[in-house]
Order: sequence, then C-alpha cells, then structure tokens
Amino acid sequence: MIEQILFYVFAAVLIFAATMVITARNPVHAALFLVLAFFNSAVLWIIAGAEFLGIVLVLVYVGAVMVLFLFVVMMLDINLARLREGFVRHLYIGVPVAALIVVQMILVLGSGAVDPGALPDATLPIPDPAETGNTTVLGGVLYTVYVYPFELAAVILLVAIIASIMLTLRRREGVKHQDVAQQVRVRKEDRLRMARSFGGSGSTSTGRNDNEHPDR
Amino acid sequence: MIELSEFLVLGAILFSLGMAGIFLNRKNAIVLLMSIELILLAVNFNFIAFSTFMGDLAGQVFVFFILTVAAAESAIGLAILVTLFRSSDSIDVADLDTMKG
Repeated sequence: MIEQILFYVFAAVLIFAATMVITARNPVHAALFLVLAFFNSAVLWIIAGAEFLGIVLVLVYVGAVMVLFLFVVMMLDINLARLREGFVRHLYIGVPVAALIVVQMILVLGSGAVDPGALPDATLPIPDPAETGNTTVLGGVLYTVYVYPFELAAVILLVAIIASIMLTLRRREGVKHQDVAQQVRVRKEDRLRMARSFGGSGSTSTGRNDNEHPDR
Repeated sequence: MIELSEFLVLGAILFSLGMAGIFLNRKNAIVLLMSIELILLAVNFNFIAFSTFMGDLAGQVFVFFILTVAAAESAIGLAILVTLFRSSDSIDVADLDTMKG
C-alpha cells in the first residue's frame, strides 16, 4: 500500500515536471524542471527494483548531462521573446496529438490489458534480491554476457568526446599560441646571430644596417 | 502492489509529453533536445517495468546502454547547437535551411 502511494506521488510530480519542461518560458527553468523529472524517475526506478540504474540516472544525468545543458543554456545569449513566437499556434496541433497518443496507449496498455503471466520466459532471470543485490547481478552480467556491447558503448563515448571537441574547436586569429612542431624544427641559423665585438679594430659599424650582417 | 500497466501508462504519458514538446518548441533547439531526453526516459521506463515484471535482467542491461547512447547524443547535440549559434546567432530550427532540404 505504501509502495503504491509513493508511486502515485512521485509519478504526479514527474508528470508535472515534464509538463513544465516543455512549457517553461525560460530554458534555464526548463533544465531545472528536467532535473526534477530525472530525480523522480530515479525514485520510481528504485521502487521498481532497478536500484543501480536509479543511482546511475542521478549521477550521470543530473550530475553530468543536465550540468552540460545548463552550461550551454547560460553560455548562449538567447533572445527569449523570439523563442516564444508560434508557441500558441503549435499548441493547437501539439496538444491534440499528444492527447490522442495518451488515449490510444491507455486503451492498449491500460489496467488489466497486459497480463504479466502471459509474458514470455526470462532469458536472464533475476536472482532473489534478498541474496544478491541489484548492482552485483547487473555487474556480473555486464562483464560476462554483455562484455562486447559494453566495450562498444565505451567506443561510442569516445566517438562522442572526439566529435564534440572537433565541432566546437575553433582557431581564432590574432591569438598567440605555441606551435610545438615549429619550435622543434627550428635551426641554429634562424635564431643565433654572431655580433662583432666592439672596441677592437676601431669603428666597424659605419652606418651598416644590422640586417645585412655578413655573418648571417 | 503496483501493476505493470501503471508503469506503462506513465511511460506513455511521458512519451507524449516529449512529443508535444517537440511540436511546441520549434524555435528553441535546447528545449527540443530536452524533449528527446523525456522520450528516451519514457522508453527506459517501459524497459524497467517489463524487466521487473518478467524477472528478466536483460531489460536493465538495455537501459544501461540506452543511457550511454543518450549521454553521447546530448553531448554531440549540444556541440552542434553551439556551432549553430556561433554561425547564425540563433537556435531556431527554422534557420537550419542552408542545405535547402
């Protein structure tokens, strides 16, 4: 019973937060409401028994992805008034379509429509949660059965790192920066110039330009 | 005990809210990306609900991989957004018409 009350409370807050994400006037508020939505989803996942994924949702999404969103939102100087143009016009299309999807899905998936007993047998059965924790079980599967997809996921993250750095990298003109290759390639003749000592054989530098020095 | 259909209906509501967000925020590509996050969250809800009620761990492993791909997607999406803002000084999706598609 207490589980059900918790589920409905967190689901209500989740739906409210998701509604505010798509209707908020300010993108910063939208990002903060999305954080709220992720927190409530994490709690719902933990209620459903996926403890590890709930914590991962908080750590990865709230901790990293949403901070990235907030950084970008605050870095871009957006004209807020222009963003709202056409909002009401699209409202007449967007809301009926969304309502239609909800009604149709409730008709298909609503109470009693899906019989859990009729679901096919599990390919990877979950052991008794009282004996082994969710994290242990998931880790055991991830590093044995799914080790190849796991490494592919790492490669995808690497590709994302390289792609996002290459997309945002830019060379600005007029900024001093080091060119290591040029520094290594430099020869003695480019930098070093032998100057004749003064005071030896009288006046050697009789109006001769330094650039036309014979030793060079 | 929570029923399976309660989770599925919650996922459906989240999914359609994400869809509505894509319809409503055509001028703002950042909120568009957030709507995509909502849709992926709804998908993850369905995976976790079926994983719990079938007693099958594969659903949770799949959610793990979806989270990875979604994080990569939002990082690249935001990078594209930054370059778009630098070149055209706006984040309106309608301004993305240089390819005349």
